[in-house]
Amino acid sequence: MADPIHQFEIHKIFTLGHIGNQEIAFTNSSAYMFGAVAIVSLLMIGGSAGRRLIPDRIQSLAELSYEFVGNTLRDSVGDEGMKFFPFVFSLFMFILTANLIGIIPYTFTVTSHIIITLCLALMVFLTVLLYGLYKNGLGFFKLFVPHGIPIYILPLIVVIEVISFLSRPVSHSVRLFANMLAGHITLKVFAGFVTSLSALGLVGVAGSLLPLAMTTALTALELLVAFLQAYVFTILTCIYLNDALHPGH
Amino acid sequence: MADGTHGNQGDDGSSERPPVSEAALSARLTHLDERLSALRNERDIRSARQGNEKQNASAKASAMARGFRLSSELVAGVVVGAVIGWGIDRLLSTSPWGLVVFFLLGFVAGVLNLMRAAGVAPGDNSDRS
Repeated sequence: MADPIHQFEIHKIFTLGHIGNQEIAFTNSSAYMFGAVAIVSLLMIGGSAGRRLIPDRIQSLAELSYEFVGNTLRDSVGDEGMKFFPFVFSLFMFILTANLIGIIPYTFTVTSHIIITLCLALMVFLTVLLYGLYKNGLGFFKLFVPHGIPIYILPLIVVIEVISFLSRPVSHSVRLFANMLAGHITLKVFAGFVTSLSALGLVGVAGSLLPLAMTTALTALELLVAFLQAYVFTILTCIYLNDALHPGH
Repeated sequence: MADGTHGNQGDDGSSERPPVSEAALSARLTHLDERLSALRNERDIRSARQGNEKQNASAKASAMARGFRLSSELVAGVVVGAVIGWGIDRLLSTSPWGLVVFFLLGFVAGVLNLMRAAGVAPGDNSDRS
């Protein structure tokens, strides 16, 4: 049976140089990331080039994605959150495109590697932390001190709140990574059943119809998960940014 | 409707018998209205049913996303607590007390995260996903 993990392997395409003893290589992962960025740029630049009053397909796609992310951001952060729009929109489009590319057979899924998702989550985490400190000064730490807590259990509560805050990038990144990894492995295992069953002869071929149907259904589900996880990542980013703008809940 | 009136005029081709053609026209118009409203009702019902099915599918999908979100919140809290405790043990060589205490605190933080994400506890992030 085909190795279900093989699809996540990283291959070196060419070497860019060395930092210390560490080789800096351009890998298939980097290539797919560049591809995702290129597709998003083409979509947005191509979509906004025409500036038609009645949009054509690409323009309405670009407008739809703009309005979708804009409304999500405005709903959870408010109008002053729109200064983060470029950041949130880039995150959403990058994750969505990378997820969707990953569904195409023989491609590599960038977001199924935790280093990528952790990087994105840490970027959000540091933005929240640094902007919150810059905007509110020490008032940002009110985030860790809820109202109406008796003074004698306050230290305990503060420690718990700090751990809860630190656990955000972990859950934020693991969710996207685990969903993509698990989905792709499941898909591969079911597809592997089809080939190994149909090698058994006529009965096997008849039996392999079941995993084949399953694979088809799972592909549709994966398409949904790809969109949904990009959306969940975005909405959590918005919720966290809301904390940076309005600490003290 | 515009097509119907056009066709009628073209068929008649004359304005010599206005009363007859007007009566026929109004009869045809009411007939057309009835047929249109019947069709429209049918289509409304069908599209409403499709909308329901779509809503069901998206509700199921978002329920799954919600489940994933809640479980990862709990696990993340526990893991971060354990890592902090382990780090404190290593730095201050207080093993195993740092791990014990912070593992439990991490569990509490995870439950707090979970309740906040589910919108049960009062907190910053009500569940919107």
